[in-house]
Amino acid sequence: MGANLKEVRERISSVKSTQQITKAMKMVSAAKLRKAQNAITQMRPYADKLNEMLMNILSNLEGDAGTSFGTEREIENAAVVVVTSTRGLCGAFNTNIVKEASRVIEERFAEHRRNKKLTIYFIGKKGFDGMKKKFADVEFNQEHQDLFQDLSFDNIATVSQMLMDSFEDKKYDNIVVCYARFKNAATTIPMADQFLPVPKIEIDDADLKQEEKEKTTGKADYIFEPSKKELLDHLIPSILQTKFQKYLLDTHASEHGARMTAMSKATDNAEDLIKELKITYNKARQEAITKELSEIVGGAAALESA
Amino acid sequence: MNISVLTPDKEIFEGEITSVKVPGVGGQFEVLANHAAVVSALGSGEVRLLKTGGEKMTFKIEKGFIEVLNNKVSLLVQGVTEQ
Repeated sequence: MGANLKEVRERISSVKSTQQITKAMKMVSAAKLRKAQNAITQMRPYADKLNEMLMNILSNLEGDAGTSFGTEREIENAAVVVVTSTRGLCGAFNTNIVKEASRVIEERFAEHRRNKKLTIYFIGKKGFDGMKKKFADVEFNQEHQDLFQDLSFDNIATVSQMLMDSFEDKKYDNIVVCYARFKNAATTIPMADQFLPVPKIEIDDADLKQEEKEKTTGKADYIFEPSKKELLDHLIPSILQTKFQKYLLDTHASEHGARMTAMSKATDNAEDLIKELKITYNKARQEAITKELSEIVGGAAALESA
Repeated sequence: MNISVLTPDKEIFEGEITSVKVPGVGGQFEVLANHAAVVSALGSGEVRLLKTGGEKMTFKIEKGFIEVLNNKVSLLVQGVTEQ
């Protein structure tokens, strides 16, 4: 009995120390999540203003607003960008993104995969870990795997610029980004979004009318410098870069949200386990005491009768 | 007139100014109060703000956009290096 008591005691203390770790990780993730959410919020005014400018130009532009980034062409070479975290311990977060990426590849690029016309870019290490076996035949690019170390716009813009350039040079005809859209700390949605070519820019008529109504009071005829068309050529890459930035910031926030949830669950589970172990421990202890007592009583009775 | 200077990472300035000089892709130009509504792309160069108090603020940018409407200036810039 004594050995069992000691065993249970040791298990309790080991679970307790694990719980301390998960608790600490949960708090660290919560702090990082707040920071990551902040980054998204701080980017929003810029992104909104850019879009507003785009709408402004498009509503003033007669004819087609086509740019080279919007041109659909026969897909000969394709690229898939898989954005995941670099660290684990965040539940099914990375698995879900990898699953989504695999689904997209199988659905849309199966043929390209067979013909070796598919490249997979990894941002964050876990994507590579999750896909290297299943997609061993596909060309991998891990150059930008460590992008998460510096999430500033200028750093990330180098990657989005590289992707845009390779689209323009016809190196790739279709680029899909798989990432996790951030909804809240507990819910992240794995998504596959076509980055290039840009789905045709269409202004919703209802939207436009609404906007025009709001603006008629103060709406002046803008002077566009240089021409609207050239302005669009400047504007679209910036918008695309902002969009790409959003993919990364979203995934970053999602990662910390997922880890926070996972660690919170782990802490709760440890708590339950400790409770159970404590009951086992107390039972064993009580048993030992009862046994000892009855031995003493039995011994005394034996002496008396003797 | 009011200006807000935004980068993708954060807002770097918001407040009242008397003038702002920007490097448009077609050449440098200055925006004073009651400027006509304009949307312009900016190239690399220097941005100069003259705040209402007389204080100056200058920084270099790589590219960006400016929108002026009803004495409200929105300056979107990328690749800012402070001076």
